[in-house]
Amino acid sequence: MTELTLGKALGAGLRQAMQDDDKVVLLGEDIGKLGGVFRITDGLLDEFGAKRVIDTPLAESGIVGTAVGLAFRGYRPVVEIQFDGFVYPAFDQIVAQVAKLHYRTQGRVKMPITIRIPWAGGIGAAEHHSESPEAYFVHTAGLRVIAVSNPEDAYRSLRQAIASDDPVIFFEPKRLYHHKGDVHLGAPLADAPPMGLARVMRAGSDVTLIAYGAMVGTALQAAEAAEDEDVAIEVIDLRSLSPVDYDSVAASVRKTGRVVVAHEASREAGVAAEVIASITERCFEYLEAAPLRVTGHDIPYPPAKLEKYHLPDLDRLLDAVDRVLDRPNSMSEVGA
Amino acid sequence: MSPQITPIADSAQDLELTERLLAPDGTRIPHASLDPFVADIDAAALRALYRDMIILRRIDAEGVALQRQGQLGLWAPCQGQEATQIGTARALAPQDYVFPSYRETGVIYARGAEPGDYVRMWRGEEGAGHDPAALRVAPLQIIIGAQTLHAVGYALGILHDDADDVAVTYFGDGATSQGDVNEAMIFAASYQAPVVFVCQNNHWAISEPVALQSQYPIAGRAPGFGIPSLRVDGNDVLACMAAMRWALAHARAGKGPAYIEAVTYRMGPHTTADDPTRYRDESELEGWRRRDPITRVEAHLRSIGELDETHAAEIQAAADKVAKEMRAACLGMVTRPPLAVFDEVYAEPHSGLERQRDEYAGYLATFETEG
Repeated sequence: MTELTLGKALGAGLRQAMQDDDKVVLLGEDIGKLGGVFRITDGLLDEFGAKRVIDTPLAESGIVGTAVGLAFRGYRPVVEIQFDGFVYPAFDQIVAQVAKLHYRTQGRVKMPITIRIPWAGGIGAAEHHSESPEAYFVHTAGLRVIAVSNPEDAYRSLRQAIASDDPVIFFEPKRLYHHKGDVHLGAPLADAPPMGLARVMRAGSDVTLIAYGAMVGTALQAAEAAEDEDVAIEVIDLRSLSPVDYDSVAASVRKTGRVVVAHEASREAGVAAEVIASITERCFEYLEAAPLRVTGHDIPYPPAKLEKYHLPDLDRLLDAVDRVLDRPNSMSEVGA
Repeated sequence: MSPQITPIADSAQDLELTERLLAPDGTRIPHASLDPFVADIDAAALRALYRDMIILRRIDAEGVALQRQGQLGLWAPCQGQEATQIGTARALAPQDYVFPSYRETGVIYARGAEPGDYVRMWRGEEGAGHDPAALRVAPLQIIIGAQTLHAVGYALGILHDDADDVAVTYFGDGATSQGDVNEAMIFAASYQAPVVFVCQNNHWAISEPVALQSQYPIAGRAPGFGIPSLRVDGNDVLACMAAMRWALAHARAGKGPAYIEAVTYRMGPHTTADDPTRYRDESELEGWRRRDPITRVEAHLRSIGELDETHAAEIQAAADKVAKEMRAACLGMVTRPPLAVFDEVYAEPHSGLERQRDEYAGYLATFETEG
């Protein structure tokens, strides 16, 4: 066990993946000498050389499109998109090329590309530096989508993503880059739980609170606070947004009968909407209350000084918990 | 010294600003820079290129006919571009890898396509018409210009493997307006990747004339990216082959990317869904008919006594045979069963998709029990 920040765990994951397979190459803006704007690739250029840690021109479509060609040649490219809001220029290459080539060619061309995206808000960043675009990619067949919430998962899931023959969109909550946790650096990948599985972070019997990324931390705080009022919240970290591990989710909902899904991304047609629809299809008869979403608003990501009004916080989560429990809540007066 | 021109302040449409070895009337024009690249092309080799072009035109005509008969959803004709496609593709080495656009029927023909390969995608049976590994040709690309970046990435892989293969990408004049094509040229130049860009300037991007895409000869852009370029008569199969051999030798020698603009003309519609009479004059087409790439080789071969009626008949029979096989392959295709829609979306199991497949399988099974 080694205590590492989430950022260092990711770097360790990249290093291990590059040692395991010499076909793994990294591409991105500033990932070489600088070590990436978040220093995730720090030291890898010195260790593996410029043929495997490739500083690129500043063109996102170019980076991802070049990775497609490398995959045709048998490489396993790992792309770093500098910030979430910069992925859009590469959107065509991701959704029309990376996602589809395996299907179009009846499996004859593989696209084992990992696209790492420093992601989501809460760090007071400039415009375009705090977005949550995960629903676009979840909606795209052919992609897998992973969102990590702690150093151990980050280290393991990144290696699994790189080892996967499918393309993976890998979301790294930049708000957590400096959060520390224990990492099993030497643990064999074969012994790890599969990349697509959700994880119960805290057991509880009254309400299932589903989150991913940095929101998992907020959800755990909510569970702790609710305990003071004798409410036992079960917190689930989805970890994988495509596919979602509905077996784990449904098992929890059948136990609690009440569901809140939280994410930073906007609400309309978001991941929470899909998760709740799927829960309703699977275990409607177990539900004691209508499932609720706690999300960012349907607005462009607001300026830094306003982001605290956009991001779901502890109080908004607890309010939603009160609502599914039919306890006094923000809607009590409205509903009366 | 490699042949290289950098056109300056000239009209993008000035056809006299192209390098040429065969005049439109079939006269062989000496060219100090290009001649050495085709010194081995004797009459028999030229007749083989002529044969390829005749067969390609026949394949193309069959594709149009099959679409008109309701057998294909769409077809993208390449009539008029035979010299560009055959001349460049016949210059490739077996190990080279091609990233084409959707109009490169002649390229997949030259790489050894099977009869069904021409139509499988257009008929809607499979997402890609041919096996990329077998032909060393990526699936035909419909998103304009996206494949140019794939070629550069592949070429980067060649560099890393320390191999002497070359990646080649084909695209049209319209594609040169796309960001991806420009990004591809930047990446190629930055890494000195062994990639050859082949722009088939066929004068029309659906209804938009090349003048809208380019105020300047397209080949003239490449030097601005640090890539040497050559502008050739795309209706001259010898010039196209010479240019491609120059570009491939350049890339193979570790000198980085090269760029060819082949100035040609798409004689038919953009696709079978298009009506070019709405946007272009018949007189323009007439002018290009006089520059037909096939007539030109034929005139030359006849003038030197290397094409007689026996040859011509044999070639026509070969073309008819290929078309017949293509039609038979098309009509003989068996559509895969319903659950095949779920096949190969992912390389590894995906629980969400597997659940959908099971649900749909269950739904389909209800029809069997009703039976």
